[in-house]
Amino acid sequence: MDLYTRRLLINRFNLVVSLLTMLFGLFWLGWILFTLFKAGLGGLSAKLFLEMTPPPGSDGGLLNAIMGSLLMGAAGTLLGTPVGIMAGIYLAEFGNRGWLAPVTRFISDILLSAPSIVVGLFIYEAYVVRVGHFSGWAGAFALALIVVPVVIRTTENMLRLVPDSLREAAAALGAPQWKVIVLVTVRAAKAGIITGILLAIARISGETAPLLFTALNNQFWTSNMNAPMANLPVVIFQFAMSPYEDWHKLAWAGALLITLSVLALNVFARVFFRSRTATY
Amino acid sequence: MSAVVNPLQGQAQADLAAFMSRSISDASLRKQHRLDQLFRHATRLFAFLVLALLAGILIALLVGSLSSMRTFGFGFFVSAEWNPVTEQFGALVPIVGTLTTSAIALLIGIPVSFGIALFLTELSPKWLRRPLGTAIELLAAIPSIIYGMWGLFVFAPVFASHVQPFLNSTLGAVPIVGVLFQGPPMGIGVLTAGIILAIMVIPFIASVTRDVFEIVPAVLKESAYALGSTTWEVVWHVVLPYTKVGVVGGIMLGLGRALGETMAVTFVIGNAHRLSASLMEPGNSIASALANEFTEAVGDLYLSALIELGLVLFFITFVVLALSKLLLLRLARREGRMT
Amino acid sequence: MNAAVLQPVEQALTQKIQVKDLNFYYGKFQALKSINLSIPERKVTAFIGPSGCGKSTLLRTFNRMYALYPNQEAKGEILLDGENILGPNQDLNRLRAKVGMVFQKPTPFPMSIHDNIAFGVRLYESLSPREMEERVEWALRKAALWDEVKDKLKQSGTSLSGGQQQRLCIARAIAVKPEVLLLDEPASALDPISTGRIEELMHELKADYTIVIVTHNMQQAARVSDYTAYMYLGDLVEFGVTDEVFIKPKKKETEDYITGRFG
Repeated sequence: MDLYTRRLLINRFNLVVSLLTMLFGLFWLGWILFTLFKAGLGGLSAKLFLEMTPPPGSDGGLLNAIMGSLLMGAAGTLLGTPVGIMAGIYLAEFGNRGWLAPVTRFISDILLSAPSIVVGLFIYEAYVVRVGHFSGWAGAFALALIVVPVVIRTTENMLRLVPDSLREAAAALGAPQWKVIVLVTVRAAKAGIITGILLAIARISGETAPLLFTALNNQFWTSNMNAPMANLPVVIFQFAMSPYEDWHKLAWAGALLITLSVLALNVFARVFFRSRTATY
Repeated sequence: MSAVVNPLQGQAQADLAAFMSRSISDASLRKQHRLDQLFRHATRLFAFLVLALLAGILIALLVGSLSSMRTFGFGFFVSAEWNPVTEQFGALVPIVGTLTTSAIALLIGIPVSFGIALFLTELSPKWLRRPLGTAIELLAAIPSIIYGMWGLFVFAPVFASHVQPFLNSTLGAVPIVGVLFQGPPMGIGVLTAGIILAIMVIPFIASVTRDVFEIVPAVLKESAYALGSTTWEVVWHVVLPYTKVGVVGGIMLGLGRALGETMAVTFVIGNAHRLSASLMEPGNSIASALANEFTEAVGDLYLSALIELGLVLFFITFVVLALSKLLLLRLARREGRMT
Repeated sequence: MNAAVLQPVEQALTQKIQVKDLNFYYGKFQALKSINLSIPERKVTAFIGPSGCGKSTLLRTFNRMYALYPNQEAKGEILLDGENILGPNQDLNRLRAKVGMVFQKPTPFPMSIHDNIAFGVRLYESLSPREMEERVEWALRKAALWDEVKDKLKQSGTSLSGGQQQRLCIARAIAVKPEVLLLDEPASALDPISTGRIEELMHELKADYTIVIVTHNMQQAARVSDYTAYMYLGDLVEFGVTDEVFIKPKKKETEDYITGRFG
């Protein structure tokens, strides 16, 4: 076989393999989603949202778990977002000189990819042990620690996208730097920053590991953040690993619920971003 | 104010007015300057907070591991013993499990992701690109607990009945390498965990690779085509070397995820604290050991050993990420180009 | 306007490329209108004209570079040594091995200088390492780059200056021994000294290759080319011996452009 024919064959072969890998990826996606819907759709009823987690052998819903997740998620987001935005502003607007910015960026990247179970471990050691019990607050802190690096990264990137000419125009009008940043630059990057927050929320919605030893779990309804709190991921974990059939059903329904929320958040964030971004 | 008769006239009055307005703007200028400083310090503070968080994590983990470190020393890392009753703990099994599952994930994930990125940038018709790209990114959005449940209840049984016997008879018969694939077809185990991890990291690596492939200048690709290259040759010899900084970054991102992944692995790895040569046997990873045992652990030494495991995991992730950043910096500097 | 075929005066010249009734479309937009043209062998032909006149488009039909993009289409005939390269059976890879191209921006591949040159050669020839080294040296000498890089062949192609990179691209294109060399504004991104070097190069290269160069710099066209084609908004307005086109243009539009009355 001459050189040219061999090259053409290699080309054809590799392109076919590339198509196969695409199909490979789609295959898993399809299988997982199909499984999720098949097993979980039946459990999605009004009861899910109206009743508490049941003991094995009886009927119930996931209300306390849903509430817990919502409460801790909201608290975690509210705690983590300001930290992330302020640090992101520092990195983008003041970070050109000195050592603090590169180090912070490096550490933020580490935290971004750090195992979330380690975050849970940290909150356990630093807070749960001190306070003496598991709590919703501990869960919220763990979630906040996951939110922070995500928001830092997106805030910094979005601020950097704002062209310097905009900052200079504001400065040329005599505005002091803090006003340029807060009133002009951040506002210009607003859509992107909000998208980053939405993506962070989507991320923490599915996180189980950080809640395992912080919020723990609670069979009953509680809105007391200072006590162990039920949450969807840990409940699903507990129910799925159990031998009880009705608990399994609830676990799948809960899994479908989380997945739908996460996907909806992702889609919404994307659509929102595209519709609000000004192009220069 | 107008009741006061202005004693100054003409030029003097004008001078006074000018002086007054200058003083007022000086005062407000000073205030703005102070606010500027305040703002800058505030943002600095939050940046420091991030540093403090990392330090806090390290310190908390170190303090928690102290009793374990004092009791077991370096032997902790080479001991495969894990006995809560006799209080003998060794990290070898979880560490090997973490590294093995991540290696499997990358071995499968990197070529598949490359293929997907190649498809999305060179082969796919334009109108399919966005939907297909989104579909792959959806894989990343699915929470890991769903991967775990699907892995245990759906994938593992199929794997046990259809794939594992096949692997056993084909690859298991090959000398040397075959040892990895021998064993009862249980469906769960190190190999299963590795495969599921591969599916989880593929969207990360594929998305990043696709993104950097897309920004290769068309002129560069055209130059290669102009010499009579095939599409594959253009991608392999020109596009890939041009984007290698970004591609390595994507791989490191995937590796970071694989190392720390908890829920998916916990469901399917089998939670067995023993080392076996075969990948088809159950094992343990650091994350899954923590997830399974932490809340049930009784006794300070047990807890401390688990926390030391967490410290080891954090350390491994830290080293991997730091090395990748260094590698990226060095690659970028050599090319004279920061990607 | 273009019904008559415009031929260079000396009939004894072989026509390397013959363009017959070429129409080109970017989607719905027609960028080239009924082009009829002959490129003489072993001479330098320049395409000039204001921005958007279609000169680069025309150049890129000669190696069917447009085929990479789905909504670009060429209709008509282009004969290379008598064979229609727009035909459906035309092997694109082999065509491009025969018709080389250098682009406006220098595009060194991310590999060593040696490998940059060897890349194209390896595609079609199996040379021993010794032969490959000789070919690399030959190509670099032809591109007037050998003396500057002979000690650093292993260094990355991107480590060279802009002018050197462009000469590297020229060496890379020559190394595969094409018959035609297409140059798309090769010096527009370079400083005057590098530009001068490249223009000298063209003088030497035309002994062996048919060269077609697109340039927006009229003086450059006048300096380096033997024949010039003036294009405007997709039409071929005038084609002839360079001296004649510049000193005694046949069409008023040509004269207007040459004397700088617009564009």
